[in-house]
Amino acid sequence: MATRRKTAADRPPDRLTAAFRVVGKALRKVDATAKVVGATKFADDVALPRMLYAKLLRSPHPHARILGIDPSRAAALAGVKAVLTGKDLPIPFGILPVSQDEHALAPDKVRFVGDPVAAVAAVSEETASAALDLIHVTYEPLRPVTDATDAVTHPEPRIHDYGDGGNLHKLIDLEFGDVAEGFAAADLVREDLLFFEGSTHLPMEQHAAVADWSPDGKLTLWSSTQTPHYVHRALAKVLELSPAKIRVIATPNGGGFGGKSDPFSHEIVVAKLAMLTGRPVKITLTREEVFYCHRGRHPALMWVKTGVKRDGAITAMHFKSLLDGGGYGSYGVASTYYTGALQTVTYHVPRYKFQGARAFTNKPPCGPKRGHGTPQPRFALEVHLDKIAEQLGMDPAELRLKHLVPPNSLTANWLRIGSMGLGPCIRKVVAGSGWKEKFRKLPHGKGIGLACSSYITGAGLAIYWNPMPHSGVQLKCDRGGGVTVFCGSTEIGQGSDSILAVIVAEVLGVDPFDIAIVTGDTDLTPVDLGSYSSRVTLMTGNAAIQAAERARDIIARHAARKLELPAERLAFAERRVFDVENPARGLSFADAVQLAEAAEGTVGTVGSYTPPASPGRYRGAGVGPSPAYSYSACVAEVDVDPATGIVRVPRIFIAHDVGRSINAATVMGQIEGSVYMGLGEALMEEMAYRGNRNVVHKIPSLLEYKSPTTLEMCDVVTYVVEDPDPNGPFGAKECGQGPLLPVPPAVANAVYDAVGVRIDVVPITPEKVFKALRRKAKGEEPRFGPTAFPDIPWPDPTRVPPPWEGGDGKAVPLTPGASPGLDGARIPGHAPGVRDR
Amino acid sequence: MPPLDAKAKIALELNGEPVEVAFAPHKTLLEVLREDLGLTGTKHGCELGECGTCAVLVDARPVLSCLVLGLACAGRRVKTVEGMAEGGRLHPLQDAFAELGAAQCGYCTPAFLLAAGALLAENRRPTRDQIKQALAGNLCRCTGYIKIYEAVELAAARMRGEKAQPARETLYGYP
Amino acid sequence: MLRLPSFTYLQPSTLAEAWRMKADAGPDGAFVAGGTDLYPNMKRRQQEPKVVISLMGIPELAGCEMRDAGCVVGPCITLSELSILPSFRRSYPAVAHAAELVSTPLLRNMGTLGGNLCLDTRCNYYDQTYEWRKAIDFCMKKDGKICWVAPSSPRCWAVSSSDVAPVMVAIGAEFRLVGPKGERVMPAGRLYANDGINYLTKHPDEILAEVRLPAPDGWDAVYHKLRRRGSFDFPVLGVAAWIDWDGADIADARIVLGGVASWPQEVAEGGTTLKGTDLSDEAIARAADAAYRPAKPLDNTDFDLSWRKQMTRVYVKTALEELRERRRSTRKPS
Repeated sequence: MATRRKTAADRPPDRLTAAFRVVGKALRKVDATAKVVGATKFADDVALPRMLYAKLLRSPHPHARILGIDPSRAAALAGVKAVLTGKDLPIPFGILPVSQDEHALAPDKVRFVGDPVAAVAAVSEETASAALDLIHVTYEPLRPVTDATDAVTHPEPRIHDYGDGGNLHKLIDLEFGDVAEGFAAADLVREDLLFFEGSTHLPMEQHAAVADWSPDGKLTLWSSTQTPHYVHRALAKVLELSPAKIRVIATPNGGGFGGKSDPFSHEIVVAKLAMLTGRPVKITLTREEVFYCHRGRHPALMWVKTGVKRDGAITAMHFKSLLDGGGYGSYGVASTYYTGALQTVTYHVPRYKFQGARAFTNKPPCGPKRGHGTPQPRFALEVHLDKIAEQLGMDPAELRLKHLVPPNSLTANWLRIGSMGLGPCIRKVVAGSGWKEKFRKLPHGKGIGLACSSYITGAGLAIYWNPMPHSGVQLKCDRGGGVTVFCGSTEIGQGSDSILAVIVAEVLGVDPFDIAIVTGDTDLTPVDLGSYSSRVTLMTGNAAIQAAERARDIIARHAARKLELPAERLAFAERRVFDVENPARGLSFADAVQLAEAAEGTVGTVGSYTPPASPGRYRGAGVGPSPAYSYSACVAEVDVDPATGIVRVPRIFIAHDVGRSINAATVMGQIEGSVYMGLGEALMEEMAYRGNRNVVHKIPSLLEYKSPTTLEMCDVVTYVVEDPDPNGPFGAKECGQGPLLPVPPAVANAVYDAVGVRIDVVPITPEKVFKALRRKAKGEEPRFGPTAFPDIPWPDPTRVPPPWEGGDGKAVPLTPGASPGLDGARIPGHAPGVRDR
Repeated sequence: MPPLDAKAKIALELNGEPVEVAFAPHKTLLEVLREDLGLTGTKHGCELGECGTCAVLVDARPVLSCLVLGLACAGRRVKTVEGMAEGGRLHPLQDAFAELGAAQCGYCTPAFLLAAGALLAENRRPTRDQIKQALAGNLCRCTGYIKIYEAVELAAARMRGEKAQPARETLYGYP
Repeated sequence: MLRLPSFTYLQPSTLAEAWRMKADAGPDGAFVAGGTDLYPNMKRRQQEPKVVISLMGIPELAGCEMRDAGCVVGPCITLSELSILPSFRRSYPAVAHAAELVSTPLLRNMGTLGGNLCLDTRCNYYDQTYEWRKAIDFCMKKDGKICWVAPSSPRCWAVSSSDVAPVMVAIGAEFRLVGPKGERVMPAGRLYANDGINYLTKHPDEILAEVRLPAPDGWDAVYHKLRRRGSFDFPVLGVAAWIDWDGADIADARIVLGGVASWPQEVAEGGTTLKGTDLSDEAIARAADAAYRPAKPLDNTDFDLSWRKQMTRVYVKTALEELRERRRSTRKPS
């Protein structure tokens, strides 16, 4: 890379290099004590006087018209206080503005077994349940669509009357440079087909909500939601109330993983029931109903074609995905874009084409699960690269290391890369696992596999278009030296409350436990968009830094006057404000606050954060940009029993570039938890339906949906790599989702290393390994995986020249025959990328 | 069928204190604890015995409170997470869970604490495998269990009187 | 929250009292021990007794007594207690092992031996909530007319999912049943019928009062369990193998499979083919083959059914190999 003269802009800000007192330590979380004594109030722990209990009647049909509903017998049951049907809540909603396709209760049509149709509020849950049996619904069944391929071949009857035709919800075709030219310049072109089965979040806490309606027209909703702001908006819309009259309190979530990120039927229903009855109403979903709320991982069929040079340099990549979306839109449009967005941020891809499709099917809708739309393509890509490395006779770790995306660069699809620590991550897991001594050298049945990944640290755009910040923090300093931080973020177990405390403590020099945290309450806290897309540490963290620095400036101004020093010479630490050059000279933090308050009134500040604008300006460029990308590398060890096909994973080595640890203990927990969830998806978790039996969920229970127990969980050797990103608070990037991504492909690659069969499907179940081993024994292709990708009526592509082909981030008009590409000799297969402008 | 509002009344020992409670007779111990005794520290994830989230101790043994009838607890000793800390001081297990981040969302935590407590009452020095076996009936979706094992080991060491501290790689990863 | 329906709970302290309560309740009455099978089924409305009679307070149904002629176990002993009793573990390791493979430590602290032996047959069309079953128009085991596993079949194909039952059948245990009209003692296998609905030959009024195990002399047994996870999961295949040794040779043998039929499926040919052999590789392969052929898993449990059938051969083989290994290690010259 060409060297340039260092300028001031190149110098990292102090926050990236300073020595820290609190940041980076392994600290107890601020809510840890409440959690270990059982004092944390989750949504179902909220109980109010005179509270009623609600239950939802759900559709027993996967696809049917509702011809009539007669709730009169239910309404007449003793103890029943109100019954609702679709006509009571006619306004549609949905998390994305482009997919306002849900109703709290289906008004005219049901789209999956479990779709809510009616609701009851009664004096007890037992009475409410009994009342459901008395509601008579007349249905006219329609042909159900059982999966994505079925949706492609059966455009009629349509599940929704919108979308990109028939039962295809969304079609995407993006082209960044001429891939045909790139393939022509390759020494090897390889195609692979893979399938990633759907899975679900399975939080241990079942969703619950409590609504209270006050006679002064004010609605309060407590809910286990990751996105109180979006619930607030949905309630206002559907209930036709002023948002000023609605308060949404996100209770600490008993696990989220993306499954509590949509506004849900049950939240709206209890609110409406509280308004009708004038009494508090609670609903707690059963475990089975949690499976119907779902919004989990989309099943994805994927086709990938990559051209490479002999040294593994990618010349072009073409990726196709077909997602089984279920009955509603949810986040699905974004999920579909995500299956094509991040292929470019790990290894340099000079030319890239993505075609993505999402189908409506008559199953619970899919949405965002940890890694949102990216674990599927990451699985495909990393297995594909493993096969390419073998064909090239290269070590797969070396192949990856040779072609890393450079830091501070733009990708073909106009994503701006900041810090990029994948190289150190790969080197850590390769060294730690003894990769070089083991790869292709272990005895039959034992294997080792490697995969890498990257994930966004928050999305560059909000879910609905608006020019406002993504996160806001208010901060108040108390005369006694305490500090209260208010933020709309939601604690889902990831430790977001503690991040606020640590960051503010670092800036103001107080103890994190001197700080009171108020979060997730739309009456009390400034908007934060929610706990999704790994955005909270970066966005609330930056907002908190701004608020805390503003408070520090106010306090410093008055402390400086008292101490007769320039404010720049003051440091904040150990609950003191003091002269950096003579630490003995100073004030207590509380005294300094009092001086400031005496002079200026209450010491209160705000901070907010808006992500930088993305350089991509084409339609579809909204998904993929992020202030910073985290990186992970993983090596999995497996034992495969050739007699049964049973795969065990004794140990996983994971290295994760978190930019900067804010709380080291939390980072470790997020990485280990991500490995756990990735392992579950790799080996056993799947959302299975009986397509031939009314498309019922085959196993909506904690017994039959297989979540790994202590006996399946592997040992984890974790390496935390810190490559600070200028956009992150103190350089921090995400760690709660990214480390999941490389686990399934690493396991798949290790299975191949162990027994020589390719399982191009997750979960990698014993049946699949067994079948592939039998094929191998018979001399057939030693593989288990999909064999065809259906024909999809793709739209005309959006053509966007990559940065190194002179583009400006916008699509170019379609001119038949014209190629925006360069001539073959100049295909930038080895280009180091383009420095960000 | 008795009407729902006809309550039964039992006496039991709850967290070391005698308690009388009246409840609808079909209620499970889980429901009685949460709804009739106001002890919401005991959680639930399936109500079918398939996740372990509702575990409490009955006569010092960890059981699934979702499958124990309240009526079957007359005269028994019941312990919930609320009874673990004594005199305002955390139990060593609670302390270690908090210290290591073994409670992430915290929802499965009460059950893990009680199951681990029962293990340590019988085995002061459990191996990692024994911990895994003892906790094999408790699902956690957040932690991958690792911080939980490490917290149990740390607490066990401290309960044996050792001045144990967490390993560096537990808190910061491997170098 | 999934809740129990309303019912009357009775806690008799004698068998006579229990029978009287059952007689009063009639078909609406059900006995319960640990409750880990019945209560989930009641919550899902698979079983709807109006009167539930607990057997846990009846002293003669508890305990475990080692006698010269064997061991007598009370059915209300919990699976945990049974599996950790040192004398029992020593004498009946296969039974203790099967007991400790049931579900989870938490459940084993509640679930009883008798409960596991009388475990309701399982099927993933049946072990579902009322609302779910309604979506498939129910099945013949509860509220419906058809067996969804085999829609043309006149019978129910729910699966025997007990871990302990195959071992009891294999080792030749006997069950003592007592009822208001008297008592009877039967070989373990006779308690079971290969029908998903009427899977027990026990009269509803009868109570399993004793489990009698043969004295541990000269025979050995093992139990191998196949399931997805190391805990929680019911067996999708259980292999109980019993061998009566005559010196280095096999005097008698039995192989009993769990999880493949509505009862513990004895593979008679598997046993006979082993007789007179010294458990050579060939004999093991023949027995494994004999077990493979009649095993008839259907699509109503976890895992693919053809793989489960394939695994019969593998698991019978490893079970027999373990028995051979144990024989060799105990007969090593000192």
